[in-house]
Amino acid sequence: MVLAQVFTASDLIEVVYRISLCMQENEKYLTDLDAAIGDADHGINMNRGFRNAVERLRQVNQNLDIGGVLMTTGMVLMETVGGAAGPLYGMMFTNMAMVLSGKNELDKKGLSVAFSEGLKGVQEIGGGTMPNEKTMVDTLYPAVEELKKASNDSNVGLVDSLERALRVAEQGMKSTAPLVAKKGRASYLGERAVGHQDPGATSTYLIIKVIYEFAKEKGG
Amino acid sequence: MVGIVIVSHSRKLAEGVKELLDQMVKGNVKVELVGGVTAEPGTLGMSPMSVKEAIVKVMDSEGVLIIGDMGSAILSSKTAIKMLAPEMKEKVVIADAPLVEGSFAAAVEISAGGGLEDAKRAAEESKSLRKI
Repeated sequence: MVLAQVFTASDLIEVVYRISLCMQENEKYLTDLDAAIGDADHGINMNRGFRNAVERLRQVNQNLDIGGVLMTTGMVLMETVGGAAGPLYGMMFTNMAMVLSGKNELDKKGLSVAFSEGLKGVQEIGGGTMPNEKTMVDTLYPAVEELKKASNDSNVGLVDSLERALRVAEQGMKSTAPLVAKKGRASYLGERAVGHQDPGATSTYLIIKVIYEFAKEKGG
Repeated sequence: MVGIVIVSHSRKLAEGVKELLDQMVKGNVKVELVGGVTAEPGTLGMSPMSVKEAIVKVMDSEGVLIIGDMGSAILSSKTAIKMLAPEMKEKVVIADAPLVEGSFAAAVEISAGGGLEDAKRAAEESKSLRKI
């Protein structure tokens, strides 16, 4: 076992900061994906949301536990994202926060439970969204399944479990390209959305990627 | 009296709908608007917080009907309802209705004494209203 197999609250603040950098870097990419099948604002919205989350965390940073970091992030995303991603990612983070309230360390088991709750929130707000509807659930659902499997496998550490989740998340993200959208703005486009990767599935993949890379760097 | 919350990506669109309703029901129905991102003026969209605030403003014993334009208006409304206190939560419903016709039909129904379910039904029936 390696020492750093848990995230602390300050780790999560750092993760939110890195997600914000990642959204800044990918603002144009996400917005271009959204321009093809939506309203061309996903990158702008995600960048704004996470930038505001970082600022708010800097202001209230004192003594937040893990649930507090995630709750603050989720609430700021709801307030500032503007598009559908606001309530969706907002619910994802606040749902994660509920199960991690009062916790100061997050291990792979906690991570799996949190992601599972986060997925439930997204599905509920989206109206029972399942994979193959060309949404962020196409990325998140298989990642959650993989995290669950890994959390029950004593041979798999936190970093490995995230690596596995990232791999299936990437497949899930790519699987959205040939789909007809069943939800969101793209659903108005019918067949015309076919061939375009879903922006929400892509931002979810990027978030999981940042978490994995941070865990790996921290030492897994 | 049932209150109405209009949720649109665009502040101007929401204001226009309210203008139509106010003229029809002479300001006798409480209508609150949500439109545009408060945290980022000039940006299309909305936040669940702003929907929640609007619900609380027009809430009374008969409840609140929400009518949204599309997509994130509905997601934000659902999220807003989840954030309400339990006793308020059960008195808020979202109409599956077109924004202009639905809001109009609901306002007329409410001004004629209709309750929450009547207003919701009126809004949703407007979906199949033929114009020609």
